[in-house]
Amino acid sequence: MAYVVPRPALTLKEKAYLPSIISGMKITFGHFKKMLQGKTKVTMQYPEEKWDAELPEYYRGAPTLVKDDHDRERCVACQLCEFICPPRAITITPEEIPAGERFEKVEKRPREFKIDMIRCIYCGMCEEVCPEQAIYLRKDYAITGITRGEMVHDKKKLYELGGVFKGLVHKWNPEK
Amino acid sequence: MLAWSVAKAVFVIFLVVLPMVSYTVYAERRVSAAIQDRVGPNRTGFPTTLLGFKKDLQLFLGGLGQPIADAVKFILKEDFTPGGVKKFYFWLAPCLAMLPLVSLAFVPFGSTLFGEKMVIADINVSVLGVFAVTGVGVYAIVIAGWASNSKYPFLGGIRSSSQMIAYELSMGMSIIPVLMAQGTMQMSHIVQNQADNGWTLLPLWGHGLSLQSWLLLIPFGISFIIFAISVFAETNRLPFDMPESESELVSGYHTEYSSMKFALFFLGEYTAMIVGSSLIVVFFLGGWHMPGIPDGDGNGGLAILRELPHWILGFINITCFFGKVAALLVCFIWVRWTLPRFRFDQVMKLGWLYLFEIALANIILTAAIIAFTSK
Repeated sequence: MAYVVPRPALTLKEKAYLPSIISGMKITFGHFKKMLQGKTKVTMQYPEEKWDAELPEYYRGAPTLVKDDHDRERCVACQLCEFICPPRAITITPEEIPAGERFEKVEKRPREFKIDMIRCIYCGMCEEVCPEQAIYLRKDYAITGITRGEMVHDKKKLYELGGVFKGLVHKWNPEK
Repeated sequence: MLAWSVAKAVFVIFLVVLPMVSYTVYAERRVSAAIQDRVGPNRTGFPTTLLGFKKDLQLFLGGLGQPIADAVKFILKEDFTPGGVKKFYFWLAPCLAMLPLVSLAFVPFGSTLFGEKMVIADINVSVLGVFAVTGVGVYAIVIAGWASNSKYPFLGGIRSSSQMIAYELSMGMSIIPVLMAQGTMQMSHIVQNQADNGWTLLPLWGHGLSLQSWLLLIPFGISFIIFAISVFAETNRLPFDMPESESELVSGYHTEYSSMKFALFFLGEYTAMIVGSSLIVVFFLGGWHMPGIPDGDGNGGLAILRELPHWILGFINITCFFGKVAALLVCFIWVRWTLPRFRFDQVMKLGWLYLFEIALANIILTAAIIAFTSK
């Protein structure tokens, strides 16, 4: 169906143009005044103001490793996260837990666990795939460094960021 | 005599106009930000950390160190000269861009200070002088556009030349009613007349309280509007920034320029704004005069203020002048962030078909009013 677009002729006031300029300037002055009175809502001033308190539960920040209640590394170096990692940011060097140690029956642990934070895309697949729930995405997002080497998080750094995670692993937990 | 001229030139250029230019750029960024509900540059302080202090000095709203940082950035950037350019003219254009600074020599920026007239070159045709010098400003853009040997700058240069010629006419025509009523071409006399007999747009004292002056307000109002519009067009400000027009011509005549050469165009544009504003102030808004404040020789104004030392009065007059200029500059910025750009043919139509004709008719109207009301 044909629809005629209405094209109203300009009124004399609009043709004169100057009144329109003045009304336009009134609008911009309104914005200016609101800003001067501090009523305008502006962007968060980042380093001074932060949004950390409002970060949602599901926020995906830096991936970290956690220990359990008995101070045991949860990671058993199965390398699933290394294989699933889309940008291949994770590198694990596994080792056997030598006989006579406290957690000898776990058999395997990572000798070195490296996450290249330049590569990491914070997708959270490592957390999803981990059968032992050893790797978690925490809420740290300001990962900075001045060398490439600094941006590779090693095992020590990962445990430092991750800390302790208490409770049973899902696979042994009948409730989950 | 020479020493005074040099002192005045140094004062105006280095102590007033150049800082004013750089802080106009800052004001432009802050005001535009406020108009668009943003924050704008509010971080750069004065780098007192370089002198061993703990923190940078943050004054007022913050970000006042921005112009200094910008200048340092412009100086340190690579000054790149593209291969195909016409070198001599490519270098000449940015130098010409700063030429509007010269026309400030004719502008009376104060009454008197220590008995010396506060105008660098007080010649009897200073109005013509200003128009002659600002007319050269177009060459900077045309030469830049041509020397860049690239299509967008070339288009920008062409647009600029046609636009400037169109608006130079209405600018010159619109000022004639004022000159007719004042009967002089010397800017310092025009301002003195306004101080004695009421501003062109505010005839409230002296001979200003007559039927003639009040009738003349009509042509003066028209003159003021046309002159202001022409100043916008001459300084390539929005809504008349045809030569630059970022969205169509990349950035017009200075596309190929970088570093300090670009900065000179940039500064030249803002200097032209200051010159334009000071012309408006001189012709329409009473120059250095403020009602109630005596001039540098202690004439006029309130009796109590006449007791003050004369040099203080002189400085107050200078401050009044630049205060008015600053207020106009804010208006420039305000208009820029309100209006979109005209289409090029609309600009030409407005200049040639409306402003020029209205200015011509305005001259006749003024002549008629003067002829019929003077005894």
